[in-house]
Amino acid sequence: MNIAVCVKHIPDPNVPPEMDGTRLKREGVTGVLDPGDEFGVETGLQLKEAHGGEVTLVSMGPAAASEAIKRGLSMGADKGILISDDALKGSDALVTAKVLAAALKREQFDLIIAGVESTDGYSGVMPSILAELLGLPQVTFVKKLEASDGSLKVDRQTADGYHVIECSLPALITVTAGVNEPRYASFKGIMAAKKKPVEQLSLGDLGLSGDDVAIKQTVEEIAPAEERKAGEVIQDDGTAAARIADFLQEAKVI
Amino acid sequence: MSKIWVFAEVTPEGNVDTAALEILTKARSLDGEIAAVALGPGATAAAPKLGEYGATTVYASDDDVYGDFIAQPAAEALAHLVGEQSPDLILFATNYDSRDIAGRLAAKVDSTIMSNVTGLVSVDKAQTSIFGGALIVDVALQGAPKIALVRPKSFVAEPSGGSAEVVQVSAPVSEEAKKSKRVERHEEAASGPKLEDAPVVISGGRGLGEPDNFKLLDELAGLLGNTAVGATRAVVDAGWVPYSYQVGQTGKTVKPGVYIAIGISGATQHVVGMKGAKRIIAINKDEEAPIFALSDLGVVGDALKILPQLIEEVRTRKG
Ligand SMILES: Cc1cc2nc3c(=O)[nH]c(=O)nc-3n(C[C@H](O)[C@H](O)[C@H](O)COP(=O)(O)OP(=O)(O)OC[C@H]3O[C@@H](n4cnc5c(N)ncnc54)[C@H](O)[C@@H]3O)c2cc1C
Ligand SMILES: Nc1ncnc2c1ncn2[C@@H]1O[C@H](COP(=O)(O)O)[C@@H](O)[C@H]1O
Repeated sequence: MNIAVCVKHIPDPNVPPEMDGTRLKREGVTGVLDPGDEFGVETGLQLKEAHGGEVTLVSMGPAAASEAIKRGLSMGADKGILISDDALKGSDALVTAKVLAAALKREQFDLIIAGVESTDGYSGVMPSILAELLGLPQVTFVKKLEASDGSLKVDRQTADGYHVIECSLPALITVTAGVNEPRYASFKGIMAAKKKPVEQLSLGDLGLSGDDVAIKQTVEEIAPAEERKAGEVIQDDGTAAARIADFLQEAKVI
Repeated sequence: MSKIWVFAEVTPEGNVDTAALEILTKARSLDGEIAAVALGPGATAAAPKLGEYGATTVYASDDDVYGDFIAQPAAEALAHLVGEQSPDLILFATNYDSRDIAGRLAAKVDSTIMSNVTGLVSVDKAQTSIFGGALIVDVALQGAPKIALVRPKSFVAEPSGGSAEVVQVSAPVSEEAKKSKRVERHEEAASGPKLEDAPVVISGGRGLGEPDNFKLLDELAGLLGNTAVGATRAVVDAGWVPYSYQVGQTGKTVKPGVYIAIGISGATQHVVGMKGAKRIIAINKDEEAPIFALSDLGVVGDALKILPQLIEEVRTRKG
């Protein structure tokens, strides 16, 4: 099975985010592979182990995004594709999908895997746009999956439970953080990753022009929201339960 | 006048997703002519309700194809309608199916799409909130049709008493669009009120230690009555409780009178789903936990000690 996994390089989510004008500050913040995309990489690796084939990681981002690809390669993926171009700074979901589609079109993939939402951007729509641009069916919010000859059977999370979906391949899926337990990169994996190929592409290499990736949404203003004020904070000295019950009584819940 | 469309998810019984009614209500305050689009079984039956909340036209099709196959048939129908009618703005609620349909439509009509919308300023300006709601961002949208995914409970649904003309949609559906098929539907029925509508919500997080301790929340909810139990993503991903319990960015948005957060740190992605609660109580053993910054009553302590005491206390007071 020839598999591509979309992986995003994001500012370390453990560092409190800061703004740099109208964009998230990225300079001076270490980047990591989006933890949500580790589930995609793991899904790809498990399918490869079961069915054979190859796992290709694809990312659009700054040059430093090669680190996110490295991490996926250390987990066991076979090769990477990184699309970097100054013209892509601040891209929206549509532009990101156009660029990734152009890169993925150059090869025949049976399955494309992405995360449900990125940790920093959380638009949640990039994968659906990508599926449409590639003319593929999609199943989002995958929490369990079985692949057999040419098709997938998936449990897809819904608001009240889950639906079972059958989908023919090639297809695109997005996986939730509950779908599996991503493996750690072993020392051997980290060493092997150094020798794995990462193809670096610019917009021009993909035959795209600045017009193709013009961003049609602009941040005009950022203002602080009305903040909720913190109320009383008490230490439990054995009477907290009674205090909560008082509060519930005042709120007429009891 | 601009044309504003609201995509509404409907049930086979003709019920309309509340979030669509909220968005219709808000759309009435923008300068435009409002239409709703409903696709799948129940669409025509849902039209009067959509009219009551502000749609003057409802584009409807009851065809099973829209319920049976994921996203593609609906995106095709919408793209067909867009070609005919040239709307300026298409609004979707952030629901599982709508999200996929909106994304595919954006690709088909080559339009920008904005997610996580929490406010609408005009036909070409929308708002989102970031950092757990600390900052409001105004975003100008260019091109047409502009597409936006609006978070549920961003607006309050109020009927206007109008009525809508129904236009049956007869867009062709390609064979290509029938590849991702829904074959079974499973509902994880919870007892008590629906999480989204409950006047009181008690949510548990990883601080509860183990899945079994959710029983304490169920017990307290049962005693209080009219109370739903929710959870963080950390515990639904760990399989402690079903996904349908999840409150937050990827889960449900709740706005109860009282929200009780137990063993929950207060990550921004959880907070966006519950910060609209009228009153918030938090129990957490770490006094630095971010959840305390938005709590009306914060208790620093061990939830597993306090919960049984609270259950007894409530039992006694209820008599
Ligand atoms: C794209 C994306 C989307 C997300 N969407 C959501 C979402 O929709 N909903 C959501 O909830 N999260 C979401 N998350 C995850 C979120 O970032 C947090 O990881 C999650 O909310 C943390 O859950 P938690 O509070 O249960 O666990 P933790 O953060 O581990 O917190 C546990 C808390 O319990 C306290 N505690 C421990 N023991 C006790 C005790 N005995 N008594 C009292 N307190 C105790 C600890 O002090 C700690 O504060 C999302 C993340 C991403 C990246
Ligand atoms: N720049 C990017 N490069 C590679 N994959 C991406 C990129 N942006 C988004 N994705 C993928 O799309 C998923 C959803 O992202 P988003 O639409 O930003 O919420 C992510 O989890 C990634 O798998």
